[in-house]
Amino acid sequence: MNWFIDTFRTSLGKKLLMAVTGLGFLGFIIVHLLGNLTLYAGHEGVFNAYVAKLHQYEALILVAEIGLFALAVIHVTTGLLLFLANRSARSVRYAVTKSGGGRTVGSATMPYTGLAILLFVILHLSNFTFADVTDRTMYDVVAATFSSWIYIIVYVAAVVAVAIHVRHGFWSLFQTIGLNHEKYMPALRAISVALAVILGVGFGLIPIYIGIIV
Amino acid sequence: MSTKTITLTLKVWRQNRSRKKGGFEIYTARDISTDMSFLEMLDVVNEDLVLSGKEPIAFDHDCREGICGMCGAVVDGQAHGPLKETTLCQLHMRHFKNGDTVVIEPWRARAFPVVKDLVVDRSAFDKIIAAGGYISAKTGGAQDANNILVGKEVADKAFNAAACIGCGACVAACPNASAMLFVGAKISHLGLLPQGRPEAKTRVQSMIRAMDRLGFGNCSNETECEAQCPKSISIREIARMNREFVKASFS
Repeated sequence: MNWFIDTFRTSLGKKLLMAVTGLGFLGFIIVHLLGNLTLYAGHEGVFNAYVAKLHQYEALILVAEIGLFALAVIHVTTGLLLFLANRSARSVRYAVTKSGGGRTVGSATMPYTGLAILLFVILHLSNFTFADVTDRTMYDVVAATFSSWIYIIVYVAAVVAVAIHVRHGFWSLFQTIGLNHEKYMPALRAISVALAVILGVGFGLIPIYIGIIV
Repeated sequence: MSTKTITLTLKVWRQNRSRKKGGFEIYTARDISTDMSFLEMLDVVNEDLVLSGKEPIAFDHDCREGICGMCGAVVDGQAHGPLKETTLCQLHMRHFKNGDTVVIEPWRARAFPVVKDLVVDRSAFDKIIAAGGYISAKTGGAQDANNILVGKEVADKAFNAAACIGCGACVAACPNASAMLFVGAKISHLGLLPQGRPEAKTRVQSMIRAMDRLGFGNCSNETECEAQCPKSISIREIARMNREFVKASFS
């Protein structure tokens, strides 16, 4: 196992960890969005039925939760290590910096959008996953949360951070695992943008729809 | 064709020894012909400095033809200045306007300590090469060139990677001071050719570990290296290196 640990101690190994765990999160967030689309049904029964259905697979959910937690631990600690190493790799900063056209808002802000998402996930879990639903439905919890302006703003801002993070993260993970080919990279870059927009709009409209329209 | 002249204000990083703290000094580059290269402009400024009994600005240069990889400074925030695919020695003053203020800094990376003014020590690159950027086959007498067949497309790819002149602009341009474009280019140009294959696995392992030890940052796919590389080496070389690393590590 020595070679295994040693591999992930290298810069490229850490990069691979970021890419693979990031891909895991992408898989999760897409399924999460598909599930949450039931909130747009205009009828709370649909969403509550979805929640009830999910709870029929208690064991499976537990496995997924443990898996996601492990991904989060790896993604966050590796990301933090890389962030600190990258900062110390340039001890004296430039007086003037100008992009040659490579950087995007997404690439330049990965550690910061990442931190914002981490903080949001903690808030989000305490809002919903650990919410008390003994004498109310999950839909009631959603409606109660988004009855507050502050929550609507925080959630929409967090979703924007997720979209920006995914915008760089998606194509980037293919580059990292070595899958950059001139035939496919333009498509992967386009999918990055599309995915960011889909996730941003799909999730971002939920608080607005529930809190303001319904 | 008449020669145009311009006058510029230069903000140049001056630093005596690598340990000492440096700072910016302001100079005027007077009546600079727009046909001059950036380095020739610095030569003119240095002549004035010498004549007035001051220490000239130290900067690296050698061939001044854009192929040796010796020159380079960050000009107005970009490695080798504002012109794409151009080394500093091939950047001409016609790309500047009369009255411009130009900020000139050395490559800034912990792995490239400043020797003096704009001169940095890039021996970290040599150490990476020494770790595996070669083939150790005993060549003996030259064999028939057609003995080892290399397809044109593969040869072209290897050549594109081999166009890297090792100037260090990728490290300077990278927001993380990462050397992955340089290492990727070396891994690619050797790994694409049959002569480089036998040692491909050990090469990628040892070069990457050398790069990590030397204090370069990590790649986060900002792609500034590719954008500012004077030889426009593609980040596909980094992807190829990543692929080689995965192959070498897990098989």
